Order: sequence, then structure tokens, then C-alpha cells
Amino acid sequence: MKNAYLLSGGTLADGKRADVFIADGVIVEVADVLKHPEVALAKKIDVTGCKVLPGLVDLHTHLREPGREESETVLSASRAAAKGGYTAVSAMANTFPVADTAGVVEQVYRLGQSAGICDVFPIGAVTQGLAGKQLAELGAMAQSSARVRIFSDDGNCVFDPMVMRRALEYVKQFDGVIAQHAQEPTLTQGSQMNEGVVSSKLGLKGWPAVAEEAIIARDVLLADHVKSRLHVCHVTTAGGVEIIRWAKARGINVSAEVTPHHLLLTDEMAQTYNPVFKVNPPLRTQGDVEALREGLADGTIDIVATDHAPHPAEDKECEWQNAAFGMIGLESALSIVQKTMIDSSLMTWETLVERMSIAPARIAGYFDHGRAIAAGVSAHITVIDPSRNWRVDRDLVASRSKNTPFHGMDLPGCVVATFFRGIPTVVDSKLVRLSGSGSE
Amino acid sequence: MRHLLSISDLDKNQALSILDTALELARISDAPVKKLPTLRGRTIVNLFYEDSTRTRISFEAAAKRLSADVINFSAKDSSVSKGESLKDTAQTLQAMGADAVIIRHSASGAPRWLADSEWISGSVINAGDGTHEHPTQALLDAFTIRKHLGSSTGDLQGLHIGIVGDILHSRVARSNVLLLSLLGAQVSLIAPPTLLPVGVESWPAKISYDFDSVLPHLDAVMMLRVQQERMQDLFFPTAREYSHFFGLNRDRMALMKKSAIIMHPGPMNRGLEITAECADSARSVIVEQVANGVSVRMAVLYLLLAGSTQEQGVLQ
Repeated sequence: MKNAYLLSGGTLADGKRADVFIADGVIVEVADVLKHPEVALAKKIDVTGCKVLPGLVDLHTHLREPGREESETVLSASRAAAKGGYTAVSAMANTFPVADTAGVVEQVYRLGQSAGICDVFPIGAVTQGLAGKQLAELGAMAQSSARVRIFSDDGNCVFDPMVMRRALEYVKQFDGVIAQHAQEPTLTQGSQMNEGVVSSKLGLKGWPAVAEEAIIARDVLLADHVKSRLHVCHVTTAGGVEIIRWAKARGINVSAEVTPHHLLLTDEMAQTYNPVFKVNPPLRTQGDVEALREGLADGTIDIVATDHAPHPAEDKECEWQNAAFGMIGLESALSIVQKTMIDSSLMTWETLVERMSIAPARIAGYFDHGRAIAAGVSAHITVIDPSRNWRVDRDLVASRSKNTPFHGMDLPGCVVATFFRGIPTVVDSKLVRLSGSGSE
Repeated sequence: MRHLLSISDLDKNQALSILDTALELARISDAPVKKLPTLRGRTIVNLFYEDSTRTRISFEAAAKRLSADVINFSAKDSSVSKGESLKDTAQTLQAMGADAVIIRHSASGAPRWLADSEWISGSVINAGDGTHEHPTQALLDAFTIRKHLGSSTGDLQGLHIGIVGDILHSRVARSNVLLLSLLGAQVSLIAPPTLLPVGVESWPAKISYDFDSVLPHLDAVMMLRVQQERMQDLFFPTAREYSHFFGLNRDRMALMKKSAIIMHPGPMNRGLEITAECADSARSVIVEQVANGVSVRMAVLYLLLAGSTQEQGVLQ
């Protein structure tokens, strides 16, 4: 057997102690006492005290390639993903050129394969050039080798209700899903941060919660009407959670995501005027944070997605209103979720696995991912030491950009090892130099 | 105190100390020779990303009366208009040895960002940032109010001050609400709901949509500039309707207390938020505000730059 590894001494998501034997890219055996005859030949990795979990799956990642390679490439983002415990990421369409044709999505998909550190599944644009007017060739992207199933104009809202309706209808033929960036544009022209007490004091133009909630409400009703599938990107408001909860209770086929930063940070951070805290959608209030945590715990919000958004230093080293929106997040996501959801007793590790691996893979149709640790499944594995703390250091990130809002923060839970299709991409919390991973 | 970025950085004693120092310095300004040697050899930069002739010359006069060397750096006719970043500009000023940077910027928070950066080591003084704050304007307003209406306690206890107009976009209003309430005054904000920010209920001020009901109780009424263009953004239907409900005119002036004063940070839109009759009336202290601006800015420069060791010395 090739590439045989033995993860010894860890526990699974449900708390059961189990050794895991990996070979030939799959999980061969999972047991308290392994019986397979070739276990003795495997390279043994001691993971005592660690959780052995399915590899994480991100449905919202800005990899910036093609077009913005100075801030991130498919390779550098793949490395950041592996360091964060991810084995699959989804490349948002707002690249240059926009991923609105089969050619671009196939290029991104191939770049991911040649990096070989995690699966990179492209998301296709809903409309040509993200302009919100004409549908992009959704069928061609679905049929391409990239097999696109998620379509999103992320960064822009699909604002025109007729365009949104048609997109929702059209993707039904290949079981696609429209991932909506819910932002009513006329209510948010020039908006800089959450509209409320803090924005009133800081004199930064407000971004009302209703601008998000109005679109979510409209879209769940549209999805219901045409019996299609809607995914709501980065929900940030208590009202948004409420609407999604209502929609699910009515049986509407909607899923939703929350980002780690919206689970932890509030608009109070803007008081520094440090643009590292400038993000779209904006950081909201403590009340919103609590509603998001509650929604994630009870399943109203199905998944955690990073919205990893790298930006070069010059786009963040400036006045707030001139700075770019976005934060990197792949390398800190798991720790933030442990801190906000597990350590606060809102969620179990089993639920975390559901929200960060199983459900995202199911929503996106990444059938090789998001499978519980068991014999016979592809060896996409994240090993995490929940008791080990680490300090975020923007100078040590694998991402090409340093715009992490968590710099200097001590976080719980360290990704010790990541296996992608049975190959270790991270060991001892360090990236493994892979022969196939090309040059940077 | 190293910087002056927001009124919220000041406690009551610091605010009063600036006003008291300004009073001392105003006396010197009345002398035949207006110059003090205090800041000789110090370099002060006026870094203006927005046109504001009155604020710039007020700071310039203040710095020159304290014998500082003043460099005016206007974004309009400099490398800034060619796309130079705030960082590069700041590092340039640092390399030139600026002891203080007085910054006016259209972006809220730019002074705080500059002060918190490691690009410059000198003091940063906020001369108005976006729709955030304009602390020296509030200080000169408080100075003017105290001069006319102040009690023996030195603060503004017992006074009721109204700020009228475009609160939403006003840095003057934000700084004044903080400072006037810090000094013990009651502050009322009078505006149509469209020109009050969401979240204003958290401010230390009362809100009213009815100018006429509040006006008779005010000791000072501060009219804010209203930009004509706001109509296009639907903040009010027409200039005429705005003036009708929120403009200060002859009839409204008749409702005011005998002792009450009229203020305006300038530049005025005569006929929109204030009629000429009110602006030029005996109650108006608008021109005096300008004169007081120099004294207050001298005090700020003095307290930030002359150092704590000299704080007692020179003025006695």
C-alpha cells in the first residue's frame, strides 16, 4: 500500500477514541484497536489529545487568480486553506476576468488541481461580468470540467428581481444553487459600516441591516415561488436569521452561511478607523453576533464560510473610506468557531463538523468531501488540538495578504495536521512541501 | 495629551484648561505686539485635503503668533492630487521634521488613523474629518458661549444650547454635542428626522423636530450650514420648505430669550438656514467666533507642543 499513515491516539467528533489508518488516498480502517495487517508499516503520527475530523469545506473563498495575483493565487490560497484544516474551497467568481464562462472556471479548476493541496471548486458568476443584467452561460459552466453548481455575483447583489427569478429557475435543470450577496444597492450607496450607534458617532456612512434583510426576504419568496434552491451568503443580522428561520419553517429550500468574523467581531472595532475591520457585509452589533451564534447552533444557518478576501497592504493602509472591503480568514476560521461556539458550549464538535464540512459539501455537491471519518471514504482529514492556543501573527500567514482582523489575538484550537486525499498537506502545524505543488 | 483628534479624548479639566489658556492668549493677542516666542523653531504643517480657507488661516495665524514655522500643504496643488497616499505624504512630512500636523480630510477618521500609524512622531490635530469631528470648532464655540453666558464656575452648567440643521453630515455638531455636554450644558438637536443619524438617541442630547417649541428656552442657537444639494438626496423637499421649518428668521428671532446669542460655524447660506437680518443682528456672535478661533487654536498648539514642563511657566 502506498502513502500509509497511522493517526494514533486521537478522538473522533463524537468523542470516541479511535486510531485511523490511511492508505492509497482512502481511510482504510477506523478502530480503537486497528486490525489491518499493514498498519505496522504505516508512518505513525501521534495525535493524542487531538480531534480527528473530516476535512473542512469552504463555500466562499476569494482566491484572486486570475487577475489579482499580487494579493493571492490559487496556490497561496490552497496553502492557507490547508493550514486552516480545509481540503476543499470554492473560488468566488469576482476575478479578472470574471469567472462567467466555461473557459475561466476550467482555468481556475486546473490551477487548483496543479497546486494539488486542496480541491478548488470554482463558483460561476450569475450574470455576465457580475453586472446584474444578462445571465452568464450557467449551463456551459455546469457542464464544463469544473462542474460548477454554485453561482454567485458575490461582491454585487443580484438586485433586479426578474434577473434573480430567472437565475433561480434556470439552475434547476442541473441542480444548481444561487448564492446571493444580499445587499440592496440603493440603500447602501457609499456605505462604510453598520448603521447604528457607532456609525452615528464615527461619522461613517451607515449600512442599514434592512438593506440585507429586504433582499433575503425577497429571495426566499422568489425561491419558494419557482421552487428552486437559494443560498444566502454571509448573513450578518439578527433580522436576516429570523427571516431564514421563517423560510425554513415554511419548507422553502434555502441554506445560509455565516463568516467567522461575524461570529466574533462587532462594529465597535471601527472606532479604531483601522480598515482591517472594514468588510462587506459590515461587522454588526453584539445583538446580531448573538443571533448569528444562536442561528448557527440551531441550524437556521447551515454552514460557516470564510469569505476569505485577501487585499494588498496598500488597499488597507489608507483612510477607512478609501480602503478595500474584506478580511482573510482561512487560517483562523476553525479557531474562531471553536472559540465562539464550542468553548461557549453553544455547539458540539459533531455540530461543528456538520457546519464546516458535511453541510457545505452537501449544499455544493462536493460528494468526495464532507464524509464522516469511516473506512472506505476519501482521506480528507483535519486533525485539531483543541487544547492548544496560538497567537495570530499576520507575518506568519500562508496567504499572500496580511489583512487578518485577528492579528495579535490568542485563539484556541490548533490545526495539527491536514490530509488531502490521503496525502499530508500539514504536519506538526506546518505546511508540507509537496512535490506536485509547483512554484510560487 | 499628544494629539487632539476628538472631543471624546478630553476630560472636563483638559477642556477647561484649553479654554482658560485661550483666554490668557487672547489677552496677548490684544497687545500691540501679538507674537509670543513659545514655539520658535518648531515646524507645524497644515495638511489640507479639503479646501477650507478659514480654518487653515486660523491655524496659520495661531501658529505664527506663537512663532512657529508654518508649512501649508494643500492636496490640491501637490503630489497628493497625483495619487500619493496618506502614508507617503505623512512619511515625507516626518522626514522634514514636522512637530505637528494639522489635518483636514474628507475621510472620517483620517486624523486618528494618521496618529495611530507609525508614520509620524509629531502631534496630530484634527481640523475637521469628513462627517466625524471638528474639535477646535467646538472649543471655539464653547469659548464664545462661555464669554457671553458663562457662570463663575467656568463651565456651561445651566445653559441650554440648540444645534439646528444638518446634524447627520456635521462634524461641528458631533464635536459640539460632546464638548457642550461635557461642560455641563444641555444640548438640543433640532432637525428634520432625515438629517439626524440613526443612533442619535445614544448621544448626550435631546432631539426635537419642532424648532419653535424649543427656541424660547435656548441660551444659544447654533445654526449649521445646509448644502443645497441635499435636496437631490431627498433629505428635504425644497430649500423653501427647509427654511420654513428650520431656518432662523425675524419671526423666530422674536421668540428667543433676551440674552440668547446666535452662532454659525460658517460659511453661511444666507437665506437658507439663516436670514441676513439674524446673521447681522446684535445677538449674532458669528464674527467673534472667528476671532476666538485663533485664540483657541493657539491654546491647543501651546498645550500640545510647549510640553508639560512649561505648562505653568510661560503664561504666568
